Amino acid sequence: MIGRLFEETPRISLVLLALLLAGLLAAPWWANDYLLTVLIIILYFAYGGQAWNVMMGFAGQLSLGHAIYVGLGAYTTAALYVHFGIGPWLGLPVAVAIATVCGAIIGFLAFRFGVGGVYFAILTIAFAEFARIGFDHFTWVGGSSGFFLPVANYSRNDLWNLRGNPTMFYYLMLALTVAAFVLCHLLLRSRVGYYWQAIREDETAARSLGIDTFRYKMIAVMISAGMTSIAGVFFAFYYNNLFPEQVFHISRSIELILGPIIGGIGTLFGPIIGAFLLTGLSETMQQILSALGLDVPGAKQVFYGICLLLVVMLLPDGVWPWLARRLGLARQRR
Amino acid sequence: MAAGIYLNVAVSGLLTGLVYGLMALGLSVIFGVVRVVNFAHGEMMTIAMYLAIVLFSSLGLDPLVMIIPIAGVLFAFGYALQAGLINPFISRPEHSQFILLVAVALIIVNVLLMLFGPDARNVQTSYSFDSFLIGPLIVDATKVYVGAATCIVTAALFAFFRLTLTGKAIRACADNYTGALVVGLDVKRLYALTFGLGAACVGAAGSMLVLLFDVTPALGPSLTLLAFIIVITGGLGSMPGALLGGVLIGLTEALAGLFFTPSAKSMFSFGLLVLVLLFRPQGILGKRAS
Repeated sequence: MIGRLFEETPRISLVLLALLLAGLLAAPWWANDYLLTVLIIILYFAYGGQAWNVMMGFAGQLSLGHAIYVGLGAYTTAALYVHFGIGPWLGLPVAVAIATVCGAIIGFLAFRFGVGGVYFAILTIAFAEFARIGFDHFTWVGGSSGFFLPVANYSRNDLWNLRGNPTMFYYLMLALTVAAFVLCHLLLRSRVGYYWQAIREDETAARSLGIDTFRYKMIAVMISAGMTSIAGVFFAFYYNNLFPEQVFHISRSIELILGPIIGGIGTLFGPIIGAFLLTGLSETMQQILSALGLDVPGAKQVFYGICLLLVVMLLPDGVWPWLARRLGLARQRR
Repeated sequence: MAAGIYLNVAVSGLLTGLVYGLMALGLSVIFGVVRVVNFAHGEMMTIAMYLAIVLFSSLGLDPLVMIIPIAGVLFAFGYALQAGLINPFISRPEHSQFILLVAVALIIVNVLLMLFGPDARNVQTSYSFDSFLIGPLIVDATKVYVGAATCIVTAALFAFFRLTLTGKAIRACADNYTGALVVGLDVKRLYALTFGLGAACVGAAGSMLVLLFDVTPALGPSLTLLAFIIVITGGLGSMPGALLGGVLIGLTEALAGLFFTPSAKSMFSFGLLVLVLLFRPQGILGKRAS
C-alpha cells in the first residue's frame, strides 16, 4: 500500500514533500505561539479542504454546506463529553457515524431524485441552514446561547481527553492532515477514485460504461462527510465553545472550500497549498494593515476579496497546477 | 377575532412576499439568461438599501420616489459587473463562477461595513405608522404602497421581455445561445443588459425593503439565501415562479412566526425548499432542464 504512494511520483516532489513535512514537524521549535496558532488554523483548513475535495474535486459534486458535517462532529463529541463524560476518542466514531448518515441522507435524497449541479449545491446550503436554525432551538446543547466545554488546564497535556496546549493540537492537526493526504492519494488511485473521476468528467458517459453512478456518488458524499466531521471534533475541543450561528453558518462552508478552489480542485496538493496561501495572506494582511494604522473593520476582507478575484481570474485551475508546471513537477495527467 | 389575526398576518406576509418576489425575480432573470447564479445578490440589495437610506437622511427623498433612480444606479452596477468581470467566466465551471461572485459579495459587504459601520439603519417616513382599515383587516399603509409599486415594476419588466425587440433578443439568448450567435446578436452585450436588469430589480426591491426592515452590512448573505430559497421554490429561471415563490415564502414566514417562534420562521422556508427540491427539483413553475 505505502509502496504505491511513491511509485510514479517524481523524485524531486518527494524531496520537497519530505522537506515540508520535516519543517512542519519541527514547527514548535521554530515558531512562536502566534505562528503556531496560525499553523493550526492552516492545517485545519488544509484538512477540511481535503475532505471537501473528495466530494467536489474527485467526484464532481459541488457541496456548499459542509459546515453541517463540521457542526455535527463538533456537537456530537462535545455533547457526549459534557453530558456523559465520554471522551473525544470514543465520541469520534459516533460523530463520524452521524455525519456519514447525514451525508448519506442528503446524497440519497438528491441523487435519487436526479438533483444535480447548482440545485444540489443549493440543497446542501439548505440543509446546513436548516441545521443552524435547528441547533439554535436545541436547548439540550445550549441552543443559540452556545455550548461550552470545561476550559482546558494548560499545565499538562491530556491527549486522551484532548485537553492541553496548542502544541498538542498542532501535532494532532498535522497528523490528521497527513492521514487525509495519504487517504486521498490512495482513494484517487483506487478503482473508486477512477470511477469518481469518470463521473466528474461526464456522468452520462460514466453510466453508459456500466458505472453505478448513484452508488459511487453516495460513497463520495459519505467519505467526505465522515472526514469533515473529524475536523468538527477538533473544532469543538480546540475552541471549547460552540455557537450554531458560527459553526453552521454558510461562511464556515465557504471558508472551507476556498482553499481547495484557490489551490486547485481535484489535485492532492491543492487544498493544502490553498490553505497555506489564504490563511497566510489573511494573517499577513492583518499585520500590514495594523502596521499602517488602517485596521478599520472590513478593510482586511476587502483586500482578501480582491486577492480572491485576482487569483480566480488569472489562475482558473488554481495555484497548484500552475506551480507544479513552474517547478517541473507536473505529470502528464489528463 | 382570532381568524382576523391570521388574516392580517397573512396579508402582511403576502405583501412582504411580493417584495421578496421582486428581489428573487432579478436572480431568476439573471440565471435564466446568463446561466450564472448570482451569489452576490443579497449584497447588491444592501447597496440599494444603503443608497435609499443616504438619499433619505441627507436629502429627505422618499425611498418610494427614489425607486427608479436607485434601480438605475444598480442597473449600471450590474451592467459593469457582467461586462467587466462575469462575461469572461461564462464558460468556466460553476465553482469558478461561485468563487468570483463570493469575492464580489465579500468586497461589497466589507466596503459597506467600512462606510457605514455595523449598526442597523432604517428609514422613518411620515406614513410609517399609518394603516388602512378594510373590513376586518388592518393593513400597514407602507406595505400597501410597496406591494403596489412591486406590481408596477414587475409588470414593466414583463412588458419589456414580451413587447420590445431587445427583450425578445434576450429571450432568444436564453433559449439558444448558439442560435443567438448565429443570427448575429451581440450576446455579451445582451448578457450585460440582462444582468443590469436583474440588478435593477434588486435596486427597486431594496429601496422598498428599507421601509419594511432595518439594514446592516451583514444582512447581505441572508438576503442572498432568501433569494435562493424563493427562486428554487418557484423555479429557477421562471419569472412568474419567482413571484409565486416570493409570496409563498412571505406567507410561510409570517404564519410560522405567528404559530411558532419568529426566530424559527426561516426553518420553515428551508423546509419548504427541501420538499420542493426533493419532489419537484425544477421548482413549482420551472421547466425541467434537459
